[in-house]
Amino acid sequence: MITSSELWVHPSLILLFGALLLPLIPKRVRQGYLLLVPILVFVHIHGMAQGTYGEVPFLSWTLTFGRVDALASVFGYIMALMAILGTLYALHVRKTGELVAAWVYVAGSLGAIYAGDLLTLFLFWELMAFSSVFLIWYRQESDSLAAGFRYLLVHAAGGVSLLAGILLYSRGVESLAFVSFNVQNLGAGEWLILIGFILNAAVPPLHAWLPDGYGEATFSGSVFLCAFTTKTAVYALARGFAGLEILIPLGVVMALYGVVYAVLENDCRRLLAYHIVSQVGYMVAGVGIGTQLAINGVCAHAFAHILYKGLLFMGCGSVLYMTGQSKFTELGGLYKKMPWTFLFTLIGGLSISAFPLFSGFVSKSMTVQAGFDEHILWAAFLLTLASAGTFLHTGLKVPYFIWFGKNHCKPETWERAADPPWNMNAAMAITSVLCIYIGIYTPYLYNMLPYPVDYNPYTSYHISEAMQVLLFTMLGFFLLIKKLQPTATIAIDTDWFYRIGASYFYKGADKGANSLNTMGDQIAMRRVPNALARFFAMPGGHIQWLLMRTLLRAGGATEAQIETERQKVAQRSREGSYPVGGSVLLAVVFLSLVSILFFLF
Amino acid sequence: MILVRLIDYLRDRWSLLVKLFLVVLALLVVADALPFIVDKEKAHTAAERLPGFWSLFGFVSCVIIIYVSKLFGGLGIMRIEDYYNDYFK
Repeated sequence: MITSSELWVHPSLILLFGALLLPLIPKRVRQGYLLLVPILVFVHIHGMAQGTYGEVPFLSWTLTFGRVDALASVFGYIMALMAILGTLYALHVRKTGELVAAWVYVAGSLGAIYAGDLLTLFLFWELMAFSSVFLIWYRQESDSLAAGFRYLLVHAAGGVSLLAGILLYSRGVESLAFVSFNVQNLGAGEWLILIGFILNAAVPPLHAWLPDGYGEATFSGSVFLCAFTTKTAVYALARGFAGLEILIPLGVVMALYGVVYAVLENDCRRLLAYHIVSQVGYMVAGVGIGTQLAINGVCAHAFAHILYKGLLFMGCGSVLYMTGQSKFTELGGLYKKMPWTFLFTLIGGLSISAFPLFSGFVSKSMTVQAGFDEHILWAAFLLTLASAGTFLHTGLKVPYFIWFGKNHCKPETWERAADPPWNMNAAMAITSVLCIYIGIYTPYLYNMLPYPVDYNPYTSYHISEAMQVLLFTMLGFFLLIKKLQPTATIAIDTDWFYRIGASYFYKGADKGANSLNTMGDQIAMRRVPNALARFFAMPGGHIQWLLMRTLLRAGGATEAQIETERQKVAQRSREGSYPVGGSVLLAVVFLSLVSILFFLF
Repeated sequence: MILVRLIDYLRDRWSLLVKLFLVVLALLVVADALPFIVDKEKAHTAAERLPGFWSLFGFVSCVIIIYVSKLFGGLGIMRIEDYYNDYFK
């Protein structure tokens, strides 16, 4: 073990410092600088030995900024690699602020991954939320502004849950080290922490921020967004909640939920966003299964997913950047104009669909295999069903309705369409090569996994199974293609509750609080003062009348007699014409009462 | 563009591609039935030992996903694009 006494530079610090200097970098060296910083981070992470670094005492706790172990290393490696690819893709983006936000976001993600305690984790967790929202806002459209605010509010709520959980958890423990929780017996604090994690992992019904935000982000912002938030959450779940059984059904629901919504989706980037929900479902289920094979599967799938999902978002981002469109009903037939983008997106689609020789094939099957091994058959079969849906949409629907199918392009869209600038092509090409490399040369990925791998995806049975499921799905696609024709619609999701629900809340609060206010005004400002004023106009008369009326009623007086008496009382108090004897009697009675009380007590 | 020419070349032979595709599908099922090609030792359940089990599973999955999703979308989930904007007018 290496101790904190040695000098250690946190990889996030390089990115944060690099982001700080970015606005000052002259234009002619800007592109070189943009590539240099993430490459430095990657090299640094690649050479970082396992151990614990950067321990800082804080109040009665110890903050650990650098816990480098097998689990953190594999996630750190892929995050840094994706930072290079994402930056290369965004190399020509002129808005410096967007790139600064992207780097701070990556720094937050790396910080959370290397955090050895819960407070440090929370710090970087929030840094991610507050920097990533700028990748949505920099689209600079009114829809993205609104989506960004929704994204921020939801993540703020998740952050509050996480913090509340950490505070509750801290009461019963001596150290806030971020280690595996006791999943057999979770306390309230751990449940709140779990809610914070699964919100970022986009587990329904806490997932709607994802398609909402990623669909509205900038073309390059989505490439960053799709990699870091959900996968950092998967890392946190794998670290803290491996073996928590409720995560298995949640993961399976996610995998299917994303697939169902992808059928209904017309916007290609929102479709991809729903497939993040679906794919992260495999990882969440894997965490729930919790065996060594399953956790290896989670890490392997997160690794492969970051690359192929990045590639898919790059492809659809290129279409958006070059044509200004991302809806299937505004696209189609573009293969003549954007053939390379088509090829790269297809490679991404085949990778996510787990075609043999592509990355998804060697990663996704580990989780499913772990499900079969643990005899959780329903989960394993439903995850396989979801993988048919993945190919149906990402492998077939996306390429078909953008590059083939009926040409819905407006003349100006068609005119603008072309393959994107060199850097975007280069980023897609490198990512494509990596997707295939992972699929062909399994030791590259398998040797990085936290546990020893005793798994071979390339058995005749597994290849046969995968090819049958995929190609017969393809048959279904072409037979039912009429059903899948995109329509210019949106699908309502759980964000309805805070988009429309908020307006009901506002109306309810308006009606409820304002009527309460009016009522308070009526009572406290009008009725009560009026009544008091009337009473104190002739207090003696009112008290007398109160007593006399009761006596008269009891004595059986008629209404007319009562009225006469009332007028007499009113007249007497108005004029102060009480007989002396009455007053003396009252005084004697009062004094006697006081004397009796005095002697009694 | 080489790539565009290649795609056009394939598109011109679409019916041949479809036939080839169907042949591949048939071969997959046949191969699945032959133990010396596909070793069913790795099968997880008894049902998987049926030849073409995963073919049927894939096709049925695809049909279920499409129909169930469309049914779900028809329950008021699918709305016009300006649904949210119209709502606040």
